[in-house]
Amino acid sequence: MAKRTTSAAAKGAPVYIVDGSRTPQLKARGEPGPFRASDLAVTAGRSLLLRQPFPASALDEVIMGCVMPGPDEANIGRVIALRLGCGVGVTAWTVQRNCASGMQALECAFRKISTGRSSLVLAGGVEAMSHAPVLMSEAMVKWLAGWNVARDLPARLKQLKRLRLAHFKPIIGLLRGLTDPIVGLSMGQTAENLAYRFGIDRETMDAFALRSHQRLAAAQDGGFLANEVEPLYDPAGAVVIEDDGLRRDSSMERLGRLKPVFDRPYGLVTAGNSAQVTDGAAVFLLASEQAVKDHDLPVLARIVDCEWAGIDPAEMGLGPAYAMAALLKRRRLKVADIDCWEINEAFAAQVLACLEAWKDPAFCRSEFGTRSAIGEIDMSRLNVDGGGIALGHPVGASGARVVLHATRVLERMEGRYGMASLCIGGGQGGAMLVERG
Amino acid sequence: MTETGKFWRTERDADGVESWILDVPGTRANVLSKAVLIELQQLVASAEATPPKGVIIRSGKDTGFIAGADVNEFLVMNASVDIVHEHICWTQALFDRLERLPCKTVAAIDGFCLGGGLELSLACNYRVAVDEPHTRIGLPEVRLGIHPGYGGAARLPGRVGHLAAMDMMLSGRALSARAAKRIGLVDHAVPFRQLSRAAKALVTEAPRSRQPVWWQRLAGNSLLRPFVGAALRRTVAKRVRKDHYPAPFALIDLWQRAAGNHARMLAGEADSVAHLLAGDTSKNLLRVFFLQEQLKAQGRGGSFKAGHVHVVGAGVMGGDIAAWCALRGLTVTLQDQSPERIAPAIGRARSLFLKKLKLPRLAQAALDRLIPDVKGVGASRADVVIEAIFENMEAKQALLKDIEPRLKEGALLATNTSSIPLEDLAAVLDAPQRLVGLHFFNPVAKMQLVEIVRSRFSGDEVVANAVRFTRQIDRLPLPVKSSPGFLVNRILMPYLIEAVRIEGEGVQAEAIDRAALEFGMPMGRSNLPTW
Repeated sequence: MAKRTTSAAAKGAPVYIVDGSRTPQLKARGEPGPFRASDLAVTAGRSLLLRQPFPASALDEVIMGCVMPGPDEANIGRVIALRLGCGVGVTAWTVQRNCASGMQALECAFRKISTGRSSLVLAGGVEAMSHAPVLMSEAMVKWLAGWNVARDLPARLKQLKRLRLAHFKPIIGLLRGLTDPIVGLSMGQTAENLAYRFGIDRETMDAFALRSHQRLAAAQDGGFLANEVEPLYDPAGAVVIEDDGLRRDSSMERLGRLKPVFDRPYGLVTAGNSAQVTDGAAVFLLASEQAVKDHDLPVLARIVDCEWAGIDPAEMGLGPAYAMAALLKRRRLKVADIDCWEINEAFAAQVLACLEAWKDPAFCRSEFGTRSAIGEIDMSRLNVDGGGIALGHPVGASGARVVLHATRVLERMEGRYGMASLCIGGGQGGAMLVERG
Repeated sequence: MTETGKFWRTERDADGVESWILDVPGTRANVLSKAVLIELQQLVASAEATPPKGVIIRSGKDTGFIAGADVNEFLVMNASVDIVHEHICWTQALFDRLERLPCKTVAAIDGFCLGGGLELSLACNYRVAVDEPHTRIGLPEVRLGIHPGYGGAARLPGRVGHLAAMDMMLSGRALSARAAKRIGLVDHAVPFRQLSRAAKALVTEAPRSRQPVWWQRLAGNSLLRPFVGAALRRTVAKRVRKDHYPAPFALIDLWQRAAGNHARMLAGEADSVAHLLAGDTSKNLLRVFFLQEQLKAQGRGGSFKAGHVHVVGAGVMGGDIAAWCALRGLTVTLQDQSPERIAPAIGRARSLFLKKLKLPRLAQAALDRLIPDVKGVGASRADVVIEAIFENMEAKQALLKDIEPRLKEGALLATNTSSIPLEDLAAVLDAPQRLVGLHFFNPVAKMQLVEIVRSRFSGDEVVANAVRFTRQIDRLPLPVKSSPGFLVNRILMPYLIEAVRIEGEGVQAEAIDRAALEFGMPMGRSNLPTW
């Protein structure tokens, strides 16, 4: 059923992760947040560049992933590059692969470097979901066009009579963006599909969600995010230092009280066991072997490979199971070889479904062509510091964030392989493998 | 066809439109000295004899149009009220002849157009200005203790209306091209690439000039003028005292007496300015002006140019120094112990940027240049490092010691201390000659003076670079010795000590403040922020 695209960068030149940083992820609170998408990326990027021994103009290019840049941010990659002071000579572009836009940007940089076309690239992802546009209906736009050509009073009166209350109903860009246009399901409904198919109950989902909050709280308290997150200074004179979606008071009891939001009233997916709508940015500095040598750069890890999978949009949350399976197979790795797993938590149901799929021999045989089940991922190695449910899922940024965090966790655990993966609206999965040391 | 005089170059194009291009040799900016005006008189005379199709007056300098009258000549002339009076009347007559030329005239303004420069422009039929931040148009005479005398007070109300004209002249405020267009002071604000086309179109097509509308003319009605005059006096009196600053009051008197009557306004301008220029206020303000010019003239030459400034300490002083440097185009890293300490400085910086730069796009760029840097990584990349933490010797010594080994070669290391002897701080360094004091005053964005404090260790080149840096960020460097209070506070101290002493003897604080204000201090002792 699923078709996999095969990437062939296996034998390219090595691509090094030199540095990475991200902003705190800010929960959308019903109105546009204090930062536009480019503000977020500039905050993460300028601190990262400040630490480097070379000037920003030494970069070869800037590649950013973003799903919905603001109206003043066409080709937001270039906006960010210029605002970072890279100078006019550093080219920049923007990529879009929905929830994996940030990972796509990394893959583009990875390929440019592994083929020798670039040697020093700033790449990452950004999203300011709270700034998603509110649009006028098409009927209203047509009415306004009519008003503009109505020159005299009678024509205007006539046009005025055509105006209906319904014309004023706004289109919420974010809701449209989170609804699959092909199968007509909201992202939450695709998660309901998976819960149904793999028999995942509400309690298991809520327990998974609770653990996400608990792990993030522990990570914040342990200072594990300090070398990853750059404070965001808001122009009013306040500062945000940590991901603010964390609910330290979360409990099974509280989660259990929440009503389903997508399949009302009998569904299982609630706001509590889904990722939060969030603003955030994550950026990387990637370098070739030569650039590492020339500038005497430290190396955090190496990007080994990246893989994408296409599946049924109605079950888009299963994407990671496919993409990761293909990547393990190509790299001849087993589940036990991976020291750190970062699977983006779009929905608890969706991550749990991926885990179930890998444990099911029949599923693995038919879908991945393996002789037996791929295996069980050790929960103590999966999303060890929480995930999208606790810290949010700024769609364009998460693909870069999961790779960044996997790299940082490897460093902390002194592990070797890290796997970062996420599901992609529209029915895809993306996975990236990094290796330390 | 080009003819070249000493100051003016004239060019005539194929359509017979003449450009009169002012390029005063040996100066950076054009000023209207007597010699410049005499040469202009010859141009006007020849245009009267054989009128060209039109005249475009512009500058041959890239620093601006005309910065004003030649202030140096004021010094020579203000020996005698009569000489000044005669000079003003002569110039007024010249500008009247320019105004009456049979062909159309336009001033093409790119950059500064101030004082006498604007008065010359007002005698033209049209004005067109380049819509860039460097264009500043105004009548700042009041800041030198006088008011416009070359027909500016007479002509400006006819262009922009009475209240806008009085506001410009009483405040001395300069306008951007866009603001000038809005009030009708210039006919067009255009991008530089269209300046020549716009100027030529105006003189050849000769459109009707924009006139102030009825409500802008209303305040000049002779029945209303006494009331408007009284209101203006009240407004001005809130900011300055008549016994210390007579010029704005003299201008209001003149306007109230003669507004709308060109000849009487000119005669009044000449009379009033000649007397003001002979007064103490103007003499002292001129002295201040020349002292400022002297301070500005420092730091020329040398190759030191900062691109990146690192400021340690994000308190009121450090934060505002950092914001000012970012405003002036530098990349700035601002260090303090925690993000929470830096955040308020970022908030203040944003307000400053929006106020000064107006356009959100430019304020954004300035904010992007101001980088919070808790870990202090900027210190090793900066060309200038300024320490502005709290006044504690041990803390400052420890900080400077920590920074020294990380400094880039040739980077300037400065302290903003106001009370700790520089030698005590320099002594802990491996290279004590490196340290220099950059003593800014609060509020940084308003106080132009920066004391450059040299210790007995400070190297000459280090001090010279500190002066250059201060000029680079458009502040006035005042080199001083490292002795208690440096210069400014040293002068202030006796006054404060005396005030405190007599207060202790039972004199009421209010009475002391009143006496200070009467003397001319900007505020009483009890209102002084730092004491």
